[in-house]
Formats: sequence, C-alpha cells, structure tokens
Amino acid sequence: MDLFTIVSLILITIMIIAAIIAAEIKDLLSAAIASGVMSLVVSILFYMLQAPDVAITEAAIGAALSMAVMIFGIKSTKRWEK
Amino acid sequence: MKRVLALTLAILLFIVFAMAFAKIPFGEKMSNYPDYYNPIENQTSNMSLPQHYLTYGKNDTGATNMVTAVVVDYRGFDTLGEVTVLFLASTGVGSLMYVEDKVKRKVRRSNAVVETGSKLLFGFIILFGAYIFIHGHLTPGGGFPGGAVIASSFLLLYLAYPKFHAEHKKLNVSESLAGLTFVIVGLLGLIIAGYFLYNFLPFGLPTYLFSAGVIPVIYVAIGVKVGSELTGIVDAMMGVRE
Repeated sequence: MDLFTIVSLILITIMIIAAIIAAEIKDLLSAAIASGVMSLVVSILFYMLQAPDVAITEAAIGAALSMAVMIFGIKSTKRWEK
Repeated sequence: MKRVLALTLAILLFIVFAMAFAKIPFGEKMSNYPDYYNPIENQTSNMSLPQHYLTYGKNDTGATNMVTAVVVDYRGFDTLGEVTVLFLASTGVGSLMYVEDKVKRKVRRSNAVVETGSKLLFGFIILFGAYIFIHGHLTPGGGFPGGAVIASSFLLLYLAYPKFHAEHKKLNVSESLAGLTFVIVGLLGLIIAGYFLYNFLPFGLPTYLFSAGVIPVIYVAIGVKVGSELTGIVDAMMGVRE
C-alpha cells in the first residue's frame, strides 16, 4: 500500500466514525460539531482527489457556515434529544 | 394485491430506467477522437464532451481554469438559475427569521482572546475570499467558494461581538447590484452577438489577470452576491436568539 491509500483509509475511517456519532448521539451540540468534523475530513479527501475548488466550498460551507447555523438553531430550541 | 402491483410497477420502472441509462455515454470516448496534444481540426463531431472542453476550452473561452470555463461560459445560463435558487433560499430564511428589533437580542460578553483574534483575522479572511473569486478564471475556486469565505468572516465578527450586525440595506444594495451586473452582462452579449452571455470582451493573454473576457466580471458579481446572501442568512439566524 502506498501513502495515498493509507492516508485516505485513515481519513475515511474518521469520516465514518464522525458520521455515526452525528447520527446517534443524544447531545445535539456534539452532533453538530461531529457533522462539522465530517465535512472537514470530506474536504481534505476532495483535495486529495484533485478537486480543490470543491474542497474550498466544502470547508467554508460545510465546516463553518452550516455548523454555525445548526448551533444557532440548537440555541433557540433544546440541546438534548429526547 | 395492491402491494404486488406496486412492487411490479416499481421493478418495471427500474428496469426501463436502467436500460435507458445504460445506453447513455457518460463521458466515455465515442470513437477515434483526436489526440489531446495535437487536436485535428474538423473532428469535433467524433469527440466526447469532456475531451472537447479540454481540447478547445482555452481557445473558446480564454479561461485557464477549465471548471470556471464550463460553469460561467459554456453553462452560464445554468449558473444564473443556481444564483436565483440561492437568492430564493436567502429570502425565505430572512422572511421567516428576521427580527426587526436588534435590542431584543440576548447580549453575551465574548472572550477577550476571541475579540482580539477576530479583529486581526477579519481583514485577512475577506482578502482571501476576494482573492478566490477575482482569480476564479486562473486558479481553483470562484464566486461560490469566495462568497462563502466572505460570509464566514462576517460570522466570525458575529461570534466575537454580540452587538454587531450587518446593515440589511447595504447587503440588499450590494446583492441587487451584483445580480443586475450578471443579467446586464448577459443582455449585452445578446445585443452584441445575438445570444445570451456571449463573451464579448477581448480574451487577452491566458494566465493573466485581465483575460477571459467577461468571465472575471461575472465571477466577481457572483462572489459579491453569494457573500451578501450568506451573510444575510447568518444575520437572520442570529436574530432568533432571544
């Protein structure tokens, strides 16, 4: 296995773990942060797959803006899922 | 009985669609298309679409970044639709969530570290966003990522200074002017050459900042528009916190 495969396997593992955490955890604030981590890892993967413009968009919108909007939503409702 | 019928119908539909899609050549090479490095003239009909873009794109549009050439030049009308969708989304969020009275917002002191850091970083992030959309025809990136980066710098200000809010009138003015620029450039192409979004400015030398005709103008307009729309969305969402 070359370095590219090893690094992408590690990143894909982190991504899947973050996605499962985001779907399963009862604390919605942690879920929002986990989905932000997933977007960040996806943007690194996009960069490795030679799509830098998609990577910039994913990092700005997925990791920064949509996470912030989700956190504002949680602030105005409840933090814990029933 | 009904369920069996529905299942059969679904399977039949799936088979029909699968057969139809199997026939479409998605970016495959069709037949003997010319060599990428020395394209033969008058053989465009045999070329697959991506190969055509790669071979003739630089001469057709003058843009070095082929993604931008496709997004703004070949498929410019689709981009106008995309920008309209984003405008509608921003209008919807604003009409649902906008709070007129800013004093009602719960004011919360933020950290001194966050305040100082955001004061230092704000200008650099704005500069980076502007760089991304001004160089959209040369380097990866373009109007949409640049606008998102600018909106994230305003988000930083919102987080650091709870009393800060962007003025809605200025956001509206910049967004409307940017949208008008896009449509007016398209209509000028219609007047000059007979079709919408025609690239009527001179192409200039490739890899230079002032090249590729109207593509930089349109991408700057898209960047300003997307930036002000996303800032408006962030502003409207902040207004909910009471």
